Amino acid sequence: MNAVPLSWYLTLSGVLFTLGAAGFLFRRNIITVFMSIELMLNAVNLSFISFSYAFRRVDGQIFTFFVMVVAAAEAAVGLAIILTVFKNRNTLNIDDLNSMKDEYQPAQPEEASETAPVSVP
Amino acid sequence: MSSFYTASDHFVLIPAIMLALFGCAVLLFDLLVEPRQRKYLVLLVTAGEIFTGVALVRQQMYLSANGLSQLAAFQGSLTVDGFAIFFNWIFLAATLIVAMVSYKYLDIAGEHHGEYYGLLLLAQCGMFFLAAGTDLITLFIGLELMALCFYVMVGFLRTEKRSNEAAMKYLLLGAFSSGFLVYGFSVMYGISGSTKLADVASAIGSRQPWDPVVFLAMVTTTVGLLFKISAVPFHMWAPDAYEGAPTTVTAYLSVASKAASMAFLLRIFLGPLAPARVSWEWLLSAVAIATMTVGNLAAINQNNIKRLLAYSSISHAGYMLLGLIAGNDTGIKGVAVYVLVYTFMNLGAFLVVVALRRKDIIGEELDDIAGLIHRSPGYASLMLIFLLSLAGIPPTAGFLGKYYIFLSLVETQHYTLAVIAVLYVAVAIYYYFRIVRAMFIRDAADRVPLASSLGLRVALGVSGVLTLGIGIYPEPFLQMAQVSLMR
Repeated sequence: MNAVPLSWYLTLSGVLFTLGAAGFLFRRNIITVFMSIELMLNAVNLSFISFSYAFRRVDGQIFTFFVMVVAAAEAAVGLAIILTVFKNRNTLNIDDLNSMKDEYQPAQPEEASETAPVSVP
Repeated sequence: MSSFYTASDHFVLIPAIMLALFGCAVLLFDLLVEPRQRKYLVLLVTAGEIFTGVALVRQQMYLSANGLSQLAAFQGSLTVDGFAIFFNWIFLAATLIVAMVSYKYLDIAGEHHGEYYGLLLLAQCGMFFLAAGTDLITLFIGLELMALCFYVMVGFLRTEKRSNEAAMKYLLLGAFSSGFLVYGFSVMYGISGSTKLADVASAIGSRQPWDPVVFLAMVTTTVGLLFKISAVPFHMWAPDAYEGAPTTVTAYLSVASKAASMAFLLRIFLGPLAPARVSWEWLLSAVAIATMTVGNLAAINQNNIKRLLAYSSISHAGYMLLGLIAGNDTGIKGVAVYVLVYTFMNLGAFLVVVALRRKDIIGEELDDIAGLIHRSPGYASLMLIFLLSLAGIPPTAGFLGKYYIFLSLVETQHYTLAVIAVLYVAVAIYYYFRIVRAMFIRDAADRVPLASSLGLRVALGVSGVLTLGIGIYPEPFLQMAQVSLMR
């Protein structure tokens, strides 16, 4: 009986990573976006573990532990920030986080709106 | 079997130990001091920086006394060399300056907590590992230690919507880019079977430069790194994070975080990815051109000074990349000099914006700086020096940085890149002079005096003197940058 070849694990890892990246780009709920990032990191873990197993070396597994620690720390900080955002805005939709914008408009439209009322009467 | 924690390991690690110790000490002392006395925590930060500085000096002296170019520790996962020491001095100066100006600003903003100073020191600890790490794990942990501290600091004004939003965007995009970076690391590990940069470099060197696996590792790692230095097309987080964050944090973020990420980027591109140079040179050239274009053109229309400086700092990242693309000794030295110079001029410019924040006045718009020359000639003339330097006009330090970058481009016959870069300097002069025009020609919007504190005046003075000083008498600093090359 043959073991599962390395390439299968790596393909799975690549697919999971792509799904995570796609979720990050296309989902609109902040929590879901955050989960997508966790999915990406776990895909990386899978790839490290499978390489580590294939090489019979332990460095990859150590790296995985560090990635897990970082993911946990990121989740702690991230959820705290999500909480403050929700307290201030009562929404978790990423499209509503738009209070800062590049200011191309103010120069012309303001002049236009100032001249418009003058010209009407 | 080599022993685990030798005396020389300890010697290399002391700066990081000091930073971590004092970072934790600040958190503890915060519980002891009265809320009104929090500003004395700055003294603790200063003490921590003195110990770190002494450790750096001792390392520098040890290296030169024994004629060593580097000292490796922990079986080669941490290396102290001229490069690491040079960048650590930049981080030290930036952290100290930011800590000095913060107490007044945070008081005014009503969010003066001791954790802020702890986070500053811990972020600097992460930067130490970014500059000195020679192992993928060390670098990754250093990066995340720095980034996590920054996520919190950017969102430090808890009750302000813009600050939350900035932290949110920075966190999401930062974590996303870390995902790409660490995926690239996993591919590198797959190529080499080791996490040491030297092993990865030799494994990549034994393959074709256009090997698809090497290319995958290169692209994913590059995406992660470009996010961190806010290069186009991965710059979207920068203007929002810079605008929403407390201005002191913006200053720190734009300077120290960028310097650390640049050190990290140099370590990766001159280390493991150096053999695959042909496959990334064109990619970075395209990114550098796009970065200069977007940064400079988007800055023209900004009315918020922090946002304008954010776009300007994006364009500066483009100039720094040019030195790496040239890739000869002048180019790498140019990047080192540019980072050093950029640190002081950009810090200085943001510090003037810090001074504009007063009770009930946010002071971030171009209108707020109008007529500054009448209200506070000293601040206005310092701001003029910083802006001239950012634009790269001769007697100031900014010229020196740009000079070496352009020189290296000409030396390596990248004439097109050089011409484009010079053209964008002209664009940059235009938008920096929008600020100058507002300061010197327009009338003042309000008569409320600027926020001033001892720390702010000292910090501005130091930044101003260095910005002018490096420009007028550059030899010692060039020497330092030269030392940083001995890899």
